[in-house]
Amino acid sequence: MSLLKPSWQAVLAIVLCLIAVALGAMSKPEAAALVDPTASINYPYLGTKGLMLGLAVVAALISMVRIPSVAEAGVLFIGAHLVAWLLISGIAGFEGTALAPYFLLLTAAWLLGWRCVAVLSGLRPMAGWVRTALRLVIPAIFGAWILIIWEAVTRGAGIPFILLPPPSAIGVRIANSLPVLGADVRQTIFKAVLFGYVVGSGAGFITAILADRVPFLRRGLLPIGNMVSALPIIGVAPIMVMWFGFDWQSKAAVVIIMTFFPMLVNTVAGLAASGHMERDLMRTYASGYWPTLIKLRLPAAAPFIFNALKINSTLALIGAIVAEFFGTPVVGMGFRISTEVGRMNIDMVWAEIAVAALAGSVFYGVVALVERAVTFWHPSVRGG
Amino acid sequence: MTGMSPAVVAASKLGLTFQTNDGPVQALSNVDLTIGKGEFVSFIGPSGCGKTTLLRVIADLEKPTSGTISVNGMTAEQAREKRAYGYVFQAAALFPWRTIERNVALPLEIMGLSRAEQAERIKRTLELVNLSGFEKKYPWQLSGGMQQRASIARALAFDADLLLMDEPFGALDEIVRDHLNEQLLQLWARTNKTICFVTHSIPEAVYLSTRIVVMSPRPGRVSDIIESTLPRERPLDIRETPEFLAIAARVRDGLRAGHSYDD
Repeated sequence: MSLLKPSWQAVLAIVLCLIAVALGAMSKPEAAALVDPTASINYPYLGTKGLMLGLAVVAALISMVRIPSVAEAGVLFIGAHLVAWLLISGIAGFEGTALAPYFLLLTAAWLLGWRCVAVLSGLRPMAGWVRTALRLVIPAIFGAWILIIWEAVTRGAGIPFILLPPPSAIGVRIANSLPVLGADVRQTIFKAVLFGYVVGSGAGFITAILADRVPFLRRGLLPIGNMVSALPIIGVAPIMVMWFGFDWQSKAAVVIIMTFFPMLVNTVAGLAASGHMERDLMRTYASGYWPTLIKLRLPAAAPFIFNALKINSTLALIGAIVAEFFGTPVVGMGFRISTEVGRMNIDMVWAEIAVAALAGSVFYGVVALVERAVTFWHPSVRGG
Repeated sequence: MTGMSPAVVAASKLGLTFQTNDGPVQALSNVDLTIGKGEFVSFIGPSGCGKTTLLRVIADLEKPTSGTISVNGMTAEQAREKRAYGYVFQAAALFPWRTIERNVALPLEIMGLSRAEQAERIKRTLELVNLSGFEKKYPWQLSGGMQQRASIARALAFDADLLLMDEPFGALDEIVRDHLNEQLLQLWARTNKTICFVTHSIPEAVYLSTRIVVMSPRPGRVSDIIESTLPRERPLDIRETPEFLAIAARVRDGLRAGHSYDD
């Protein structure tokens, strides 16, 4: 059994570090200083260049020695993130001056991070809490590297702020604008989205039951419902603003229209989902329409209904934000996005996007959790 | 024996024609049958002979297009509305979102029984099918045989005198099936219910029944009715006795006479 267990990520990281050393200067000021040593000694990575390269190479080498996986992941984690941190903090003040070795070193660090996640994914821990922790840590490292690369590339290459601000700037903007963001969330999510979502989904559900109960509705309404659900409903937003005014009520109306049809169509499909045998069974008990609906057909329809609720959770957010483009009081996420774009405050736009993404994920996650609790019996939830 | 006891099921000149896209299909034709109280009647025949359809007509899940049917002296529909029978399907058809206990309680809930009464009946019927201790399990946590036993318990829970069983053990392996057949006979002896049992297994039909109705297809009709001479007490090894084999041979002949193996 060999003492080494090479991984392509570590090998490639070492190769990239060596190329970086061969290429020399990490940034334009450093290149200038090399050409003319007397001119200036102020350039990035004055003292840390060797440290970063050494760290990356040493971490890569240690990771290839046959040591316990946990230790390997730890070494890689520290190495990759320390290099990334040195790299990003060192470029401060010299944004846009990075040369190829900067990006090579970034790639090497990223490869070490990749290897770290790969090692962690391969762990098969016994204890339940370790498994839970791993389930959180692995996507966290993954997500962190998206932000690290975004930050390092935007700052190293000096991408114009208006095109893509670095995440740190967005984070600072979020931290500094909490009251404004809070007011926008209150206006858009707690008023328009929640109200529209509850009323739209509820109305779709009740209409589906009515259509199931009343044949003429089933035959007349459902084909029209299917047609309407294919329309770009967001187009009615300006009309809703004219009907219901500038405040959140018109946005809630758009959300109601957007969420109504997915719920209607899914519930109708779900009500047809119970098996013939089960329905015959209820018939042998001389069970009436309502007992059969409550005891058999609605539970069987639950996976469909939750599907609609999940679809609607994202549709509602989109609907409310876009509807605000067509006229609002001076508050709301859609209003903020449309006005701050006009004022070139792109970091504020991104801040709103981040908040909307967070709110949308939480919304979706809550619905999915409730779904797991209610449809625990479904093969897709109980797993087999 | 049939003549003595009051008829639980009486069919006369029963016919059922399904209208399909390929034209009318005659599922039942001219079926005359009387089933007395406490009988165990098996319906046997190849697929498409209408044995399941006949059971569904008795259960008022299908309406006959000719002839008459009465169940407990009422029309089939009245009997269904009075919950005159328990029906066991080919699959267990348990609701996966309910525990075994709540599945058995399903008909009792629909009938509006009190919680205490429900609990008492659940306990009693689960004991009857040897499922005590599995009350809180979900159907998907049990084996196929246990699921089918739970579905029998559900059919027994509301104490109907008539039990209609549509190939209840058809999907189970032979070992489980033998075991359940034995238990079913014990259950029948204890409860004195009338049982109509659809099967396509000759040994199963002979082992269980007091009377075997042999059916033949196209159109579905009764081609022979065989009275069993076996005693009511039947250990599993009765299936090796000459008497048993003789009845099985008669059933086989009856199936052949119905030209059911022609195609």
